[in-house]
Amino acid sequence: MTANTVMQSADVARAITRIAHEILESNRGSDNLVLLGIPTRGVTLADRIAAAIHAIDGADVPRGSLDVTMYRDDLQSNPLREPSPTAVPVDIDQATVVLVDDVLYSGRTVRAALDALTDFGRPDVVRLAVLIDRGHRELPIRADYVGKNLPSSPGERINVCLVETDGVDAVEIDRGDDA
Amino acid sequence: MSNSLLFRQATLPGGEQADVLVRDGLIAEIGTISSEASRVLDAAGLRILPGLVDLHTHLREPGFEASETILTGSQAAAAGGYTTVFPMANTSPVADNASVVELELSRGREAGYVQVQPIGAVTAGLAGTALADLKGMADSRARVRVFSDDGKCVHDPLVMRRALEYVSAFDGVIAQHAQEPRLTEQAQMNEGELASRLGLAGWPAIAEETIIARDVLIAESVGAALHICHLSTAGSVDVVRWAKQRGIRVTAEVTPHHLLLTEDLAESYDARFKVNPPLRTSEDVLAVRRGLADGTIDIVATDHAPHPSESKECEWDVAAFGMVGLESALSIVLLTMVETGELSWVDVERVMSRTPAQIGRLDWQGLSVGAPARLTLVDPGARQVFATEHLAGRSTNSPYLGRVLPGRIVYTAFEGYLTVDDGALVPAETVAGHALDYAMQRGVPRG
Amino acid sequence: MIPHLLSTRDLSRESAISLLDTAEDMAILGHRDNKKLPALRGKTIVNLFYEDSTRTRISFEVAQKRLSADVINFSAKGSSVSKGESFKDTILTLRELGVDGVVIRHPSSGAPQLLAERDWIDVPVVNAGDGTHEHPTQALLDAFTLRKNIHGADSRGRGLDGAHVIIVGDILHSRVARSNVWLLEHLGARVTVVAPVTLIPAGASRWPITISHDLDSALSQPVDAVMMLRVQSERMRDAYFPNAHEYSQGWGLTEERFAALSPQTLVMHPGPMNRGLEICSTAADSAQSVILQQVANGVFVRMSVLYSILTGTSEVPHE
Repeated sequence: MTANTVMQSADVARAITRIAHEILESNRGSDNLVLLGIPTRGVTLADRIAAAIHAIDGADVPRGSLDVTMYRDDLQSNPLREPSPTAVPVDIDQATVVLVDDVLYSGRTVRAALDALTDFGRPDVVRLAVLIDRGHRELPIRADYVGKNLPSSPGERINVCLVETDGVDAVEIDRGDDA
Repeated sequence: MSNSLLFRQATLPGGEQADVLVRDGLIAEIGTISSEASRVLDAAGLRILPGLVDLHTHLREPGFEASETILTGSQAAAAGGYTTVFPMANTSPVADNASVVELELSRGREAGYVQVQPIGAVTAGLAGTALADLKGMADSRARVRVFSDDGKCVHDPLVMRRALEYVSAFDGVIAQHAQEPRLTEQAQMNEGELASRLGLAGWPAIAEETIIARDVLIAESVGAALHICHLSTAGSVDVVRWAKQRGIRVTAEVTPHHLLLTEDLAESYDARFKVNPPLRTSEDVLAVRRGLADGTIDIVATDHAPHPSESKECEWDVAAFGMVGLESALSIVLLTMVETGELSWVDVERVMSRTPAQIGRLDWQGLSVGAPARLTLVDPGARQVFATEHLAGRSTNSPYLGRVLPGRIVYTAFEGYLTVDDGALVPAETVAGHALDYAMQRGVPRG
Repeated sequence: MIPHLLSTRDLSRESAISLLDTAEDMAILGHRDNKKLPALRGKTIVNLFYEDSTRTRISFEVAQKRLSADVINFSAKGSSVSKGESFKDTILTLRELGVDGVVIRHPSSGAPQLLAERDWIDVPVVNAGDGTHEHPTQALLDAFTLRKNIHGADSRGRGLDGAHVIIVGDILHSRVARSNVWLLEHLGARVTVVAPVTLIPAGASRWPITISHDLDSALSQPVDAVMMLRVQSERMRDAYFPNAHEYSQGWGLTEERFAALSPQTLVMHPGPMNRGLEICSTAADSAQSVILQQVANGVFVRMSVLYSILTGTSEVPHE
C-alpha cells in the first residue's frame, strides 16, 4: 500500500480558485451560469467553485446535483449502483451549464451526464470542470477546466479527498501494488 | 429340488440365525439345513421377514395408467419387500362392483409379483350417498373384505353407520379416510402458523379427529369393525387410544411419511410434499411414533399414491395430493422406529406383515414350515442416497429423493420364487412365467 | 443486491431501506417533464398476470416504461393458459422468447417462488401478489408513503422506528397484510392487527404483532396510520362474519370512528375500496387520507425494485 499525496490542501484550494476564474473569464461573467455537480464529490466541488465565484464577483451562481447512475452504459456489467439524489434547481434551457466532477478518466460518466442533462432541458452551452484529469479517455470528451493533469497508469487509483466527505482536502495516487 | 431356494444363515425377526429352505412355493424347512437346493443364497447379515403386507395402496389401474398400473405398482411393491398389496377403490371406473375387483385380482395374478387383494368402495362411485355392491364384491372371486372410499371421507354419518352394519355380516371392515369435508374445503397443508405465513389454506387437525371420534362411537354402537386410514395427528392417537381402552373394535394405520416428515417441507412449495392428510408438526410425528410403538396404531401402510410429473411440477394448490411409498416404506420404518429403539424386528413383522394381513382378513402364517413362501430379506446395515433408480413404479413423486435411507431389500420371494434378486427387480416375463407355473401347480384359477 | 423480490419476509432492513431510498430518487426524476430514464433500455420484461389486477399491472407497466424497458403483458385470459397449458410450459415458452425479467401475479401462493427456484427460467422475478401469501411491492409502497409522511424530506436512510400502524380487516386472506407485517417489523414499526377472530390467521400469535378484536380500543392508543383492508363479500357465505352491517359497525372506519381519530393519523387503503363497508367516504377523501399518494408512490417503488433487480451483477462491489 503506497499512496503518494500529489495535491495538498492549499493546492486544492488554488485549483478551485483558478477554475472559478477561468469559468468567469470564458463566460464573461456569471450570467446564465449553472453549476451541476456529479455525485458525490462533484457536488462538493461545485459548491466550492460557487463559493469561489461569489468571492470573486459577488454573484450567487445556481448549483445542483446531477446523478447519472440511470444513464450509465455499464449497469449490467458492474455491481448494482445505488442512485444518488438529483437536484436541478433552475430551468437550464438557454443556460450555460458547467458539469463538475472530481476525476475525469474514461469519459463515460460525462457521457452519461450529457444524456441526463438532455432530459432536463436544452442548455445553450455545456462545459466540463474537473479537479483531476488522469487521461485514458475511451470517448471523445475533454474537460474545459482542469485543476491538475495527472498522467497515471490504469492500475493506479486516484483518491480525491475533500473536507466535507473525507475530513481533509488532498489528492492521492495509490499505486495499488498490493495486488 | 427343482424349484427350491435355500437362504443360508438368515437372521430371523427374533434374532436367531437359521437357514430357510423354500420348495414348491412353501417354506419347507427352517433351521440348520444340510439338504441341497437348486439355488443357495447367502443370507448372512440379512434380516428375514415374512413378506410385507400393505393395506393401503393406489395402483391406479383401471383408469389412471399414466401414473401406475397393476404391473408397475406390483413391481414397486416387490422392490419394497412387499408380497401383498390392497389397492384402493378410487380407480376409474371405481371399484364398487364385482367386475372391477375381479379385473384387479386377475391382473395382479398375471403380473405375479404380489398378491393383489382389492379393496372395494363403500359407496357407489365414491359419491358418499348410496352403498356400493358390498356383498357382491365380498362374494366375488376377489373375496373383498376391506371397504373404503379412500381419497374421500364417508362423511354422512347415516351412510357410515349403515356400511359398518352391513359389512359386519360377512366380517368386513370399513377403512375410513377421516376428513371432514367442510372443514377442509380448499385445504392445502396442515393448519398453523406456517400455513398462514405461506398463504396456503389450513387443514385443521380436528377435521381428522372429529370424524375418528364420531366413527369409533358409531362402530361401538353397532359392534362393527372400523379401520382408520393414515392417522396423522396427536389428537387422533388420543381418540384411538381412548376407543381401544373402551374395547371398541378399531384399528389404525400410519404412513411412513407421517412417521418422518413434517409440514416444514411445504416451505419450498415443492408439491412432492403435498399429501392427504397433510404433513403435520414434529409433535404429531412424535405422537404417531409413540402410538405405533405402544400399539395404539396397529400397522404401517404406505398410501402409495403415484402421480405423473405434470401433477407435481406445478403450483402447490393445483398439484395432486400424494406420494409414492412402497419402495421406501421399510427404510423409513427402520429409520424412524427401529434405529430409534421404539420397535424391534418382531414388532416390524407385526406392524408391516402380520397385523395388516389380519385386518385385511387374510390367512397369515408367517415364517412357519408349510406356510406360503412369501419372504423379504433386508440388509439393515446398508445405507444409500435414495434416488429415482430405487423407484420401480411408474411415477417418481417420492418425498425421499436425495435423502440417505437405511436398509436395502436384497431378496423378495413370492410363492417360492424371487421377485427381487440380489437387490434387483426380476424381469416381468420371468415373474409372470413363475406365476403361471405356480398357478398350474396349485390349481389357482386364472382370471 | 437482491436476485428476486418474492416476499418482504426475506428482505433485510438494509435492503428495504435501500429500495425505499432509490424510490426517493425515482420520485424526484418522476417530477421532471421528461419522466423517462434509460436504465432498462433493451430489457424485456413480461408482466405475467394470472389474475386480473388492472391497478397493479398498470402501475408496473408505468414503472417499466419510465425505465425504458420493453414490456410484454401476458394475461391468463385469452392466452394458452385458458386452453389448459401448464404453468411450467408457459414459463418454458417465455424462456425461449428471451425475456429478461418476470413480474408475476398469480392466484396460487408460492407460484413466484417456484418460478425463481426451479430451473425453468433464470431471470429475476418480482412477485406482484401471489394467492394469500405476499404482495411485497404493495408493502414497500405503503412503507414509502408512511416514511414520507412521517419524516418528509428527511426520509432517506431511515426506517419507521417507533411508528405504530394498525391494520384492520381480513388478515386471513390478505397478502397485503402479510407483506406489511414483515416489512413494518423490519423497519422498526409496531403493528397492531384488528379483525374478528375468524379472520385472524391460525398461529398469528407467533407473528411480531399485537392482535386485537376491538377497533375502538386499538384506536384509543396513539396511532400513526390506520390501514383498512378490503373485505370481500364472499367471506360472509363462509361464515367468517354475519353480515356487512355487523362488519362495518365492528371493524369499519365509520364516520363516528373517523371523527374521533386524531388528525395526525394517516388513513391508508391498498385499494380497491368498498366505500361504506370497511371505510366511509369521509375518511377515504379526507386530508389525512394518503390513499392516492399510495397509488403515485407505487410507481416509484416499482421503478426502484425493477432497477435494483434488473441491473448490476451479483458480485461484491469493488469500489
